[in-house]
Amino acid sequence: MSPDPAHGTPPGTPAASAGPAVSAPEAHVMVGNADLFVNWSRKSSLWYLLFATACCGIELMQAGASRYDMDRFGAVFRATPRQSDLMLVAGTITHKMAERVKRLYDQMPEPKYVIAMGSCANTGGPFYKDSYCVVKGVDLLIPVDVYIPGCPPRPEALIDGILRLQKIIMKKKNYGVKA
Amino acid sequence: MEAQAIFDMLKGKFGDAVVELQGEGFSPAFVVVAPAEVNAVARFLRDDAALSFDSLMCLSGVDYKEKFAVAYHLHSMKHRHAIGLKTMLPRENPSLPTVDDVWPAANFHEREAFDLFGIAFVGSKDLRRILLPEDWEGHPLRKDYKYPDFYHGIKV
Repeated sequence: MSPDPAHGTPPGTPAASAGPAVSAPEAHVMVGNADLFVNWSRKSSLWYLLFATACCGIELMQAGASRYDMDRFGAVFRATPRQSDLMLVAGTITHKMAERVKRLYDQMPEPKYVIAMGSCANTGGPFYKDSYCVVKGVDLLIPVDVYIPGCPPRPEALIDGILRLQKIIMKKKNYGVKA
Repeated sequence: MEAQAIFDMLKGKFGDAVVELQGEGFSPAFVVVAPAEVNAVARFLRDDAALSFDSLMCLSGVDYKEKFAVAYHLHSMKHRHAIGLKTMLPRENPSLPTVDDVWPAANFHEREAFDLFGIAFVGSKDLRRILLPEDWEGHPLRKDYKYPDFYHGIKV
């Protein structure tokens, strides 16, 4: 192998004629925090379940489309809970739908996160008072990590929610001693 | 055809089963008929050449506290005229004949009225709840409906 005249030889590289090197430049060692690495991987590919039950779904769609492009943050939609890490509950949940929401959540593999998007998913919203059919907040069914207010929230708010969830994920301890 | 003419025509055909014409403040005017004759009146309104009400625009249940009612909004594509049909039902066990053999579109509306008001449509092809879960108790749009505290362990 002849040295490339344009780039030259990197400093510290033993000459080819000097025999076998003590430590080859190709041998890399990375020392780091395993939690940091795992959390970084998880937050960088938050695939969300495409699950929309009301008008928030329209905002969710345009947040995923090219203008707001949640793909920039690693969030792409999946059509099945088996491939999803994040459940974005976008819209009103009725008691008839509640059973299905719970089942979809149970079908998602761990680790899984939930964002409640919009007033209906947070508290029941405009249906909070005097409604027999609307669940008063999706946190009555499944654990929620981030609540996004708005009726419906704008895509900027949704992206802010995703970024907040990413911050939450970065603080998780996966390999620490369990209490 | 005007509402008064339609009312006179029905009165001549069905006699006492046609109770009154509610014209003032209603658009279209409503012809009030006895519940037992609803299906026959509906069929006549559809089949008569001068009337030919081929479109059932809406069918709704109403709760007047002391009684129930079912209101039908009819429209004729051929003659471009419209009329309302209304029938009063008692508070206890409200039931009346179905019209889904006259206008098939009536089925979903009757199921809705059954679901939310508990009005039974006798002879219906398929009378089940349409909006609420199958195991829901009560009929929520009744004025005396009491909300349940829990449904399947979730606070209502």
